[in-house]
Amino acid sequence: MTEPLLKLDHVGKSYAGTDALADISLQVEAGKVLCLLGDNGAGKSTLIKILSGYHTPTTGTVEIEGKPVVFNSPRDASANGIATVHQYGGTFPLMTVGRSFFVGVEPTKGWGPFKRFDKATANEISVRELKGLGITRINDGNRLVGGMSGGERQSLAIARAVYFGAKLLILDEPTAALGVKEASHVLRIIMQARRKGIAVVFVTHNVLHAMTVGDNFAVLIHGRLADSFAKGERTREQITDLMAGGEAMAELEAEIAQYELEA
Amino acid sequence: MAIAATTGVKATKPVAAPPAPRNQTSFGRLSRRPETGALAGTVLVFVIFTILGGSNFISIGGVASWLNVAAELAIIALPVGLLMIAGELDLSVGSVVAASSMTMAIVSGTYGAPMIVGIIAALAVGAAAGFINGLIVSRTNVPSFVVTLGMNFGLAGITLGLSRLITGTTNVPLDPGPFFKGLFGSLIGGQFEVAIFWALGVALVIAWLLQMTPFGNWVFAIGGDKESARATGIPVTRVKISLFMMSALGAALVGIIQTCLYNGAQTSTGQSFVFNSIIAAVIGGVLLTGGYGSVPGVILGTLTFAIVSQGIYTTSLSSDWASFILGALLLAAVLMNNTFRKLALSSGVRAPKIKKA
Repeated sequence: MTEPLLKLDHVGKSYAGTDALADISLQVEAGKVLCLLGDNGAGKSTLIKILSGYHTPTTGTVEIEGKPVVFNSPRDASANGIATVHQYGGTFPLMTVGRSFFVGVEPTKGWGPFKRFDKATANEISVRELKGLGITRINDGNRLVGGMSGGERQSLAIARAVYFGAKLLILDEPTAALGVKEASHVLRIIMQARRKGIAVVFVTHNVLHAMTVGDNFAVLIHGRLADSFAKGERTREQITDLMAGGEAMAELEAEIAQYELEA
Repeated sequence: MAIAATTGVKATKPVAAPPAPRNQTSFGRLSRRPETGALAGTVLVFVIFTILGGSNFISIGGVASWLNVAAELAIIALPVGLLMIAGELDLSVGSVVAASSMTMAIVSGTYGAPMIVGIIAALAVGAAAGFINGLIVSRTNVPSFVVTLGMNFGLAGITLGLSRLITGTTNVPLDPGPFFKGLFGSLIGGQFEVAIFWALGVALVIAWLLQMTPFGNWVFAIGGDKESARATGIPVTRVKISLFMMSALGAALVGIIQTCLYNGAQTSTGQSFVFNSIIAAVIGGVLLTGGYGSVPGVILGTLTFAIVSQGIYTTSLSSDWASFILGALLLAAVLMNNTFRKLALSSGVRAPKIKKA
């Protein structure tokens, strides 16, 4: 078996004595999708922040392709090929598609003091990369990002990460704010990234979305790894129950049954 | 970050069957540019004052009076606008004008050093003030509004205190000599300040920076979302410090121009630039929240400001009303900017999902 692209070994993070995350061991291989499931406050965001370099873990180690790494800044993480895309795409609504795509890595042309931002190239590449992900409505790189739909903005952010050579793509609730059609488009793009050999960490609380694209699954509850399993090893009901905490769901069902009796 | 060109990406079938792009009319396209509202404002006040002021307003003397005001204002408002696009304010430009002007007069007037030394000293005062502003804002995350307000008062105090200590007065004369008088403080045709050319130069430099360089892209990105900008690897601190230095250098240049123009310096000059530069930028379509704006817009904003504040003298109206008109224009501009921004963001078929307004 090849070395996993990303490996977390007993990673924990505590803030002022309280554990936000404890004893997390996970791994993702290239060309696989790891779904990170959990309710709000389960520790998903803390884990993402560790992976994308905003926080350093208090315990445990992170390995990239078998080598231990410490990320002191988001820059360190991106230098190691980790790209994080947030729910709203982390893009700039008032910038054009071409400008936004190349923020921080602007292509230039010309020489010396006349070296300038090559907007034509930026627009052309960004529109082409979006087309590659099936976004055909955006045919002009001068369009403002804010005029795009939520799914298109997600696609722009993913296209950007893939274009700049991300090896590990962390998607933080990419489908949460989207309608059904747009969500399925984003799921399709995740599969496309997977086919290119990119490792994907797909953070979601939508079990159905997770089961559609996931190869491996990890469920977080109260900062701990409650369960981890491969595709096909659990049913949808089992996962939902686990995430919500079986009792809570049972209680709810009992309550609903009670209402129905009364009605 | 490694740049890997991806080739041979197979296009997936678009699932969401996107509707064909709506044919954008030229009006629609125009309405999405940041300076459209500003142009409407300038044309409006120009027409109104041409009607009210008549030949007084459009005579050579009339045009010169508002063009001169616009030029000095533009030298400060352009870099201030750039800073505002990056999401920061600079309220210290007033004291920087006075401090650099007094520095120049004291160095070259009181102490009799060569003019060029006084000019370099004045620019150095500006650069230092801007550097300190930028450093404090970046390091402490205290809003620039407060930091630069503090700088405005602090620097005014230092200027006044040191001037009295060194010269015993708050009013220092300086004979700039023919060369520097011609370069900074002459009147072309007896009417038009040479500052108009300085303003054009500043406009070209700022426009080049904003529209044609990666630096300009960073300015938009920082104003759009500072955290995302930082995550992409933009040196946010460095960019901010340079922007604060630019606005302070613009103020120092105006200090030099005024010293040469009036053959001396006063500790009380310049304070009107603090709010006038922000008013000009906002009337020019720069969003107060950052991330949006343009150089042509800010130039139009300074013209609108100057036309109202000077044009009023060519009419039968009392000049008391100029401030009222400017206040109303400012309010209208802010509301219009919001509308134009919404238009700009609604070029799509669906309503966009924007995190915050």
